[in-house]
Amino acid sequence: MTMHAAEFRELRLEGMRRTFGNLNALKGIDLKIARGEFIALLGPSGCGKSTALNCLAGLLPLTGGSIWLDDRRIDTLRPEQRGFGMVFQNYALFPHMSVRRNVAFGLMMKGVPKAEAARRVDEALTTVRLQSQADKLPGQLSGGQQQRVAIARAIVIEPPLVLMDEPLSNLDAKLRLEMRAEIRRIHEGLGSTTIYVTHDQEEALSLADRIVVMREGEIRQVGTPQELYAQPAHLDVSDFMGYRNRLPGRVIGREGNLVTLDMGHGGRLTGTARETLGSNAVIAVRPDDMTTTAENASGVPATVRAIEYRGREFHGIATTAGGIDLFFHTEAPVEIGTQVRLAAEPQRALVFAGEAA
Amino acid sequence: MSAAIDSSPPLRMRLAARGLDTVTLLVLPAAFVLVALFLYPFLYGLWLSFHPKDGTLLGNYGRFFSDPFLYDTIWTTMRLAVPVTLLNLLLAVPVAFRVRLMRRQRLLTTILILPITLGTVLVAEGMLFYFGAQGWFSRTVMMLGLSSTPVKLTNSYIGVFLSLLITGFPFTFLLTLSYVTGIDSSLEQAAATLGAGPRSRFRHIFLPLLLPGLAITFCLSFVQAYSVFPSAVLVGEPARITRVISIAAYQAAFEEYDYSLASAIAMIMGFTQLAVVVVVLASRQLLYRGPAGGGKG
Repeated sequence: MTMHAAEFRELRLEGMRRTFGNLNALKGIDLKIARGEFIALLGPSGCGKSTALNCLAGLLPLTGGSIWLDDRRIDTLRPEQRGFGMVFQNYALFPHMSVRRNVAFGLMMKGVPKAEAARRVDEALTTVRLQSQADKLPGQLSGGQQQRVAIARAIVIEPPLVLMDEPLSNLDAKLRLEMRAEIRRIHEGLGSTTIYVTHDQEEALSLADRIVVMREGEIRQVGTPQELYAQPAHLDVSDFMGYRNRLPGRVIGREGNLVTLDMGHGGRLTGTARETLGSNAVIAVRPDDMTTTAENASGVPATVRAIEYRGREFHGIATTAGGIDLFFHTEAPVEIGTQVRLAAEPQRALVFAGEAA
Repeated sequence: MSAAIDSSPPLRMRLAARGLDTVTLLVLPAAFVLVALFLYPFLYGLWLSFHPKDGTLLGNYGRFFSDPFLYDTIWTTMRLAVPVTLLNLLLAVPVAFRVRLMRRQRLLTTILILPITLGTVLVAEGMLFYFGAQGWFSRTVMMLGLSSTPVKLTNSYIGVFLSLLITGFPFTFLLTLSYVTGIDSSLEQAAATLGAGPRSRFRHIFLPLLLPGLAITFCLSFVQAYSVFPSAVLVGEPARITRVISIAAYQAAFEEYDYSLASAIAMIMGFTQLAVVVVVLASRQLLYRGPAGGGKG
C-alpha cells in the first residue's frame, strides 16, 4: 500500500504518550501539522523530542493516545506500513550497498518497476547532488555526502511525511550551514511535510515554518520562529531562544505591561511581563540587548571578568554582587576588573514568573 | 658528506617508524612458546611422516590412501563435522536474534558457557545415561507409547552427532551473538521505515552483514568438530560408523606403535580441515566485509 503525498491534509497527534518503565518520556502530546509544513521539534536532550519522532515513525509503540492522518489512525501500523521517510542521526546507511542501491532500497521494497525505480533514484541523487558518487559504498563518502544519501533515500519513496532526527549534528560547522540550506531547498522543491528534531535553536529558527519547543516530555510553546524569538511564553523557552541572562528579583513596580524588579545589591531592571506574576519574578535578557549604561538610576552593577573584541563590538562577561554571570555586548572597550552598570531596553527584557533566588 | 648523514633520521627512529622498538621485544616470549609448542612439534611430525618403517619417502601417505579402512576416516569425520557445524549455525542464528533483544543476556550466556567448561567427556558420560537403552529418554519414549522397544541413541552416529551439537552449540552461539549484536540496530529501523518487513530486513540487511562473521564462526566450529575424539569413542561406534580420523591416528600411534604413520595421519587430518577452511574463507572474500555500522557514529 502506498500513500501519496497529496492524499493527506493534516497529521494529528492526540494525547501521544510514551513511558519507559517509570520514566514519562512523553506526557501527552497534542499537535496538528498541516501538509507542506516544516516543523522543528526543539528542546534539550532528554526532552522527548526523539522519542516523539520514533513514535511517529512507528519504531516505538505508544503507551497512550493516538496518531491520525486525516481520519485514518496510523499509530497501530508497523513502520513498514506507514511509509514515512526517516533520516537518522547516524544516517543508518546500509554499509554493504552502493549509494544507488541504498537509495533504491525503499522502491525495491515497494515493488516499483526497475526502469521507473532507476529513473527516480537518478532524480533523487540529482536533487542531493550526488550523481557522480552513485556507485560508491557509504564508507567511501564524507560525512556530508553520507548525510545527503540518507536524505535521498528517505525522499525517493515520496513519503507523505519526512522525519529527520538531528541530521546535522555529526557535521562540522561549515557543512552544517550548507546542508541546512540544502534541506530547506529540498523540502520546498518536493512540497513534502517535514518534522525535524534538533537541539540547536539556530537550526530550528532558520529552517522551520513552526517550532515546537519541548521540555520534560511536554510541549511548552508552539509558534513561528518570529513569535518564539520575540515572545517566548516561558522562561525555559526563552532560555532556548538565546535569553542567556536571567536575574531573579522582587517586583517593586508595575506600569501596564512593564514591571520593575529589584535584584538586591542596588540592581534594578524594567522589563515586559510575559506571564501573570507574583511578588517574585525572573527577568531574561539576550546578551546582544544587554549593554553598559551611564545612568545610575537603573541597571545592574557588575564587575567585568572577561572582554573579547568580536569585530564590530566587544563581548563581555561581568559578575554581579549576587554572583550571577551576565553576558553583554558593548561598543566601547572596558577594562577587566572595572565596575559597570548593565541595562536593557524594557521592550527587550522579558519578565517571567519565578522564585526569588 | 656530513649533510647526507644528517638528513636521514637515526636507525632507531627509522625502525620505530616501521613499528619496531623496544616494546616489540615483548613479542619474544610468545614467539618462543609458539615455536616450542606448535611449530617444532608440527615440523617434527611432518619430518617424521616422511620417514616410514619401510624407508620410502611417501610410504605412509601411499598406505593411507590405498587402504579404505584408513582413507574412509576422512569421509567419516567430514560426515560428522560438516552437518553438525551447519546445524549449529542454523540454530545459533535465530536464537541469537531473539537473545539480542533480551535484558538478562549475561545469565543466559553463563548457562551456555557451562557445557564448554564441562568438556566433551563429561557430556558424553551424561549422554550414556540419558540416551542409553535404560536412559530417561528411552523410557519416556516408551512410556508415551511412541516405541515398544528401547530407543538407544548412543553408540551410533546420532550419539556423536548429538554430543558434538551439545558441546559445540554454546561456542557457535556466543560467536554468532557477538556478530549479531555488532550490527547497528538503526539499520534495521531504517529498512523498516523504507517498507521492509521482517523477512526482507533479514534477507537484505542482516544476512549480508552477518555472512562474513558466520563464515569465521563456521571455520572455528568446524575445526573443533573435526578433531572429535572422546565422544566418537564414548557415545559412538568407534570400530565402524564413527571411526573418525583422530581414532585412526590414535590406533597407529598407540596400538601399532607406528609414530611415523600416526604423524602422517595427523598431517592428512590437518590438511583436509585446512582445505575446508580455505574454501570457506576464500568465498568470504567475495562478500562485503566492512564495518556493520550505519555511518559516522
